[in-house]
Amino acid sequence: MAYLELQNLHRDFGTVKALDGIEIELGEGEFLSLLGPSGCGKTTALRLVAGFDRPDAGAIVVDGKNLTNVAPNKRDMGMVFQAYSLFPNMTARQNVEYGLRIRGKDRADRRKRVSDLLELVGLGHAADRYPHQLSGGMQQRVALARALAIEPRVLLLDEPLSALDAKVRVQLREEIRRIQLDLGITTLYVTHDQEEALSVSDHVAVMYGGRIEQMGSPAEMYSAPATPFVAEFIGTMNRLEGTVVDGGVEHAGTTLRIEAAQERPRGERVLVLVRPETVEVGPANGGSGVNTLVGNVVTQTFLGPVTRLKILGEGVDVIADVPTQKALSLPVGTRVAAVLPAEGARLLVLKEDLPQIPEEPASASR
Amino acid sequence: MRSGRRRLSFAWIATLPFFAYTILFLFLPAASVLIGAFQNDKSGYSLSNIRTLFHHPYIDAYEGSIKLSLVTAAIGGIAGLFIAYAALREGTPKWIRSTLTTFSGVAANFGGIPLAFAFIASLGPLGVLTLFFKNQLHFDITAHGFSLFSMTGIGLAYMYFQLPLMILVIAPAIDGVRKEWREASANLGASQFQFWRYVGIPVLMPSILGAIILLFGNAFAAYATAYGINSGANLITIFIGAYYSGNVLNNPHLAQAMAFGMFVVLAVMMIVYIPLQRRAARWAK
Repeated sequence: MAYLELQNLHRDFGTVKALDGIEIELGEGEFLSLLGPSGCGKTTALRLVAGFDRPDAGAIVVDGKNLTNVAPNKRDMGMVFQAYSLFPNMTARQNVEYGLRIRGKDRADRRKRVSDLLELVGLGHAADRYPHQLSGGMQQRVALARALAIEPRVLLLDEPLSALDAKVRVQLREEIRRIQLDLGITTLYVTHDQEEALSVSDHVAVMYGGRIEQMGSPAEMYSAPATPFVAEFIGTMNRLEGTVVDGGVEHAGTTLRIEAAQERPRGERVLVLVRPETVEVGPANGGSGVNTLVGNVVTQTFLGPVTRLKILGEGVDVIADVPTQKALSLPVGTRVAAVLPAEGARLLVLKEDLPQIPEEPASASR
Repeated sequence: MRSGRRRLSFAWIATLPFFAYTILFLFLPAASVLIGAFQNDKSGYSLSNIRTLFHHPYIDAYEGSIKLSLVTAAIGGIAGLFIAYAALREGTPKWIRSTLTTFSGVAANFGGIPLAFAFIASLGPLGVLTLFFKNQLHFDITAHGFSLFSMTGIGLAYMYFQLPLMILVIAPAIDGVRKEWREASANLGASQFQFWRYVGIPVLMPSILGAIILLFGNAFAAYATAYGINSGANLITIFIGAYYSGNVLNNPHLAQAMAFGMFVVLAVMMIVYIPLQRRAARWAK
């Protein structure tokens, strides 16, 4: 049975549909990331769950109780905000203690719980520091401890890492996941960073235009995107437009043998989705093999163990991730053959123009 | 290094008029007041003027000024805080905010004889409002004890610049109370009242204290408004004016001693204020 349910949530701001019928079911102790570009409605959804805003239609149910019209201070939800929401006039300890104090908990119990939580987030030594004496990462750790102190029914995280530098972001996201698993707390996490979402979640829901495009496990989202938008948003993907023909898909004058095309009617416009790491690249030796697109290496991007090659040719625009060692023998300007996999490629029916994903500002949220 | 020196000398030249002005019209007069306060008519040094301050009517004038300043600073401060919050809070139409700040900017600088005249014309014995109350509402404010020429009346006139000054000074601080703090507080189970008690007011307290001390000083030093309403008001600034330039009461050294007494009162206020401010702002950078 679902622990957290968002039932057909709608929210309009004037003529803008911020949420257009969101449906989510999340089991107890699970971690769901709402992932999407700026303006997709993910923060609006989170704020509805927190109670800071009311839906125009739909319901929010937690553990069988309808909380849609319950005031935010009666919902028992812990929330970590995007940045710097600590009360500046209180030390780290007092910040964490705040919710317990409001609930009238016994002083000794309060102090013990606060100390335990500060230890849990690795800040036992900084309990008496004021927020301005803490780094951004430390502040967000305190904010996490503060949200956890009240033993919330659901933990809500609104882009909590977006204001931090890259290294701290990675450390803290792993810590959030560790703590979430330790405490078994049901968690809703909003982010525009797909790497963040994929690395910490049990489930990921990709949102676009106020709707959920697809929801599934990180592996499903990566390997089997259901829509062109998800394909574009999750990871890096080659998107080759083509037409179904006998035995495959015609693209750039070449018939690609794509297994998934066999079930499609002839003449259908489709999008062939191929992950860069599944593309084999080698020097072009004149002949053209199956699923081979020929072009020149125009850029090389070093990514550590692999190097990303951009290959352009006549009607060909492919990116491929090859082992860095191999990339050394394929410098920019080399004529290469890129071989697409017959089995790994996904096929989506091309119904409309491909969506343009707006750029996400570094710290924007809603 | 060389360009740094050039920049430095340019900075000195550019600010020289300001420093010259300050020295000529602030520090030198202040020094003259300080020295003059301890002199008598025969150019000898004496504490007699200072001793005089502790006697009637001077001590009463200090009391009158301090009371008036404290009351108008407290009422102006508290009312101004609420008005500013009401205008700046989320959900208030933007035009209210811009109208209020523009009006406050003008009103806070409107004082002296024009303000006194405006109040006499509206709330004096034959003022427009006085007559309106009397003739239209059958309510005689003078019969009910109100007189514009009393301390209450002068205090009412002072509120005209005290309130807007508070609004102007406190508005940026209220803007600094982040929405996330309110939401985090609600999220942790607190009511609006609890938020203001534990977070909002403590965060604003250094600014509130600073604004109230400013309001106190503003009222304490006011002269022309009070003089325009009642030149016989029992206020120390009116006494200083009378003794400095009066034909009958001319005694510049006593006036300087009274001005020195004002420095002392303000210094005492600062001595009380600084530790309070430090305590209220102990969490700030």
